[in-house]
Amino acid sequence: MSSKISNLTESHLFEYLLRLGDDRLILGHRLSEWCGHGPILEEDIALANVALDCVGQAKSFLSLAGKVENKGRTEDDLSYFREAVEFRNLQLLEQPNIDFAYTIARQFFYDVYSYFLYEELSKSSFDELAGLAVKSLKEVKYHVRHSREWILRLGDGTEESHAKIQEAVNERWRFTNELFEDDIVVESLSGEGVVVKNSNLKTSWNEFVTDTFEKATIVKPVNVIDYSKGSRIGNHSEYLGHLLAEMQIVARSFPDAEW
Amino acid sequence: MKDSQHKLWEVFVQAKTGAPHEHAGSVHAADSEIALQNARDVFSRRNEAVSLWVVPSDQIVASTPEDEGPFFDPANDKIYRHPKFYSVPKGVRM
Amino acid sequence: MSQEEKLKEFERKIESGEKIEPKDWMPENYRKQLIRMMSQHAHSEIVGMLPEGNWITRAPSLRRKLGLLAKVQDEAGHGLYLYSATETLGVDRSELIENLHNGKAKYSSIFNYPTLTWADIGLIGWLVDGAAIINQTMLAKSSYGPYSRALIRICKEENFHKKQGYEIVSKLAGGTKKQKEMVQEAFNRWWWPTLMMFGPPDKDSPNSAELMKWKVKLNSNDDLRQRFVNLTVPQAIAVDLKVPDPDLKYNEETGNWEFGEINWEEFWNVVKGNGPLNKERLKVRNDAHDRGAWVREAAEAYASKHSSLN
Repeated sequence: MSSKISNLTESHLFEYLLRLGDDRLILGHRLSEWCGHGPILEEDIALANVALDCVGQAKSFLSLAGKVENKGRTEDDLSYFREAVEFRNLQLLEQPNIDFAYTIARQFFYDVYSYFLYEELSKSSFDELAGLAVKSLKEVKYHVRHSREWILRLGDGTEESHAKIQEAVNERWRFTNELFEDDIVVESLSGEGVVVKNSNLKTSWNEFVTDTFEKATIVKPVNVIDYSKGSRIGNHSEYLGHLLAEMQIVARSFPDAEW
Repeated sequence: MKDSQHKLWEVFVQAKTGAPHEHAGSVHAADSEIALQNARDVFSRRNEAVSLWVVPSDQIVASTPEDEGPFFDPANDKIYRHPKFYSVPKGVRM
Repeated sequence: MSQEEKLKEFERKIESGEKIEPKDWMPENYRKQLIRMMSQHAHSEIVGMLPEGNWITRAPSLRRKLGLLAKVQDEAGHGLYLYSATETLGVDRSELIENLHNGKAKYSSIFNYPTLTWADIGLIGWLVDGAAIINQTMLAKSSYGPYSRALIRICKEENFHKKQGYEIVSKLAGGTKKQKEMVQEAFNRWWWPTLMMFGPPDKDSPNSAELMKWKVKLNSNDDLRQRFVNLTVPQAIAVDLKVPDPDLKYNEETGNWEFGEINWEEFWNVVKGNGPLNKERLKVRNDAHDRGAWVREAAEAYASKHSSLN
């Protein structure tokens, strides 16, 4: 690692990279559950594409995390041999797919966040991170386009689709506050120009989401009580444990095996 | 309501700048934006495209096999459209 | 032109190796056979996503997860190419899909077998895709233009599928004792159903003669099956897998690996819908379709409200 980076920063950086990696791993995993079950063949392919991008990005971030940590852990060690409480992904992303409306709502919230985040991370003083952000930004630009267009269609489609996407937005909204939380990890890294404060992204995110909702005739939820907290330190919903049980079963059943 | 697989769009892919757009296949979509996204997801999974066109299939006007003779044969004997028809003095490079 | 002249012209084209295009005159039975065969092929890609899709969420490394997801996604793409090619014969995709869902149309029986261990993913890639490639390479030369073009694209893209599968198999075969057992057990289950993929023996294949006359198919089921066995047995030997066939032996004279009797009773049973997972596979397809209905309706409604998008 670059000699400019101190030990303390290194442990913060490791934490931060886990967050980036875990978010995408868990979201990609959820999306991959759609494979073979999409509403129409073309959309099946589209969702798989987004899932592939997410897992691909996760692989890069986790691999970099392993390098920063410098204890010889690979991206697979980090994915398959950590417990739920060691995962750093947002609770929003581990929520089950439920249906296409819930899936699109979750995706849209996160795509828009990812987009603004990557724009900033592209300028990171940590070259490897900046490089990955530049590459990922290209993919996420398309993800936003995909999920936004579906928000419009479901919101301004039929009465039924409108009701479904409105419900999904209402239900998932409470998880979005967490996107913009900062803690000591983010504060210290942003002080060194390595990352951006999440709170700095909130205005752009809000504007974009509000604008899309208006066009989609979706009412933005207000006065939502937010009780999702602490994902970044390992507080999760119960869904994550089940997700990991499935994801990790083969790898853990044969711990000394190579695949 | 009868099930719809949406209307059909023909997809044309440009593999690199300067190359012509070539017909790659078709996708189903209810509108042009989704048609374009679907074309991208279906026909550019391996980075095969720098540009895409989608055209509603029912907007394509095609010649019929019965046209084959009168439509295309007359072009056969227009040898003056081909460079071989013309000669230039020996040793001159064109 | 009279019907007779049209038929003559059609047969001349077939004979000389010219392709038949959608608007060309063709005998009604040629059209029917193509629709049956091509839609069956498309359905096989779509139903074929399920046994492998079953393991995407459990793939034991991120590299494997990406490879498998990309492969299953490719199958969706290939189903799509094949449906489109079938549509050029004047039939709607919604109609084709309905025929799959109500059980009228068939798909490859191999996908009615369950995937029980991670090794199955390797076996499907190696054996099932290996068999499909042999079949599809032949069909890529088929006389119907859109079918042939779709298959040329498919064959190009499927190149990595078999390699992916064989890589998984060889990793397992060279791995721990448990991994070796896992892959041999899976091989034992998949070997015979894969041989059945080429269809009934030539003497019991009702559609073959006509399909070959019209150059939709260029080789017989038995020929292709033999080609597959000859190609695959050395690959099994190379990774120390034992082919589950006591009668298997190499014939020096013909250069063929001769194999034992295939259980055709099992084959016909699965074709008739009594395979291990026929009902489950169709239910999954039907459920996905039904649950997607409101999404498709929303897309239609949105399009009709925004005419600039049409």
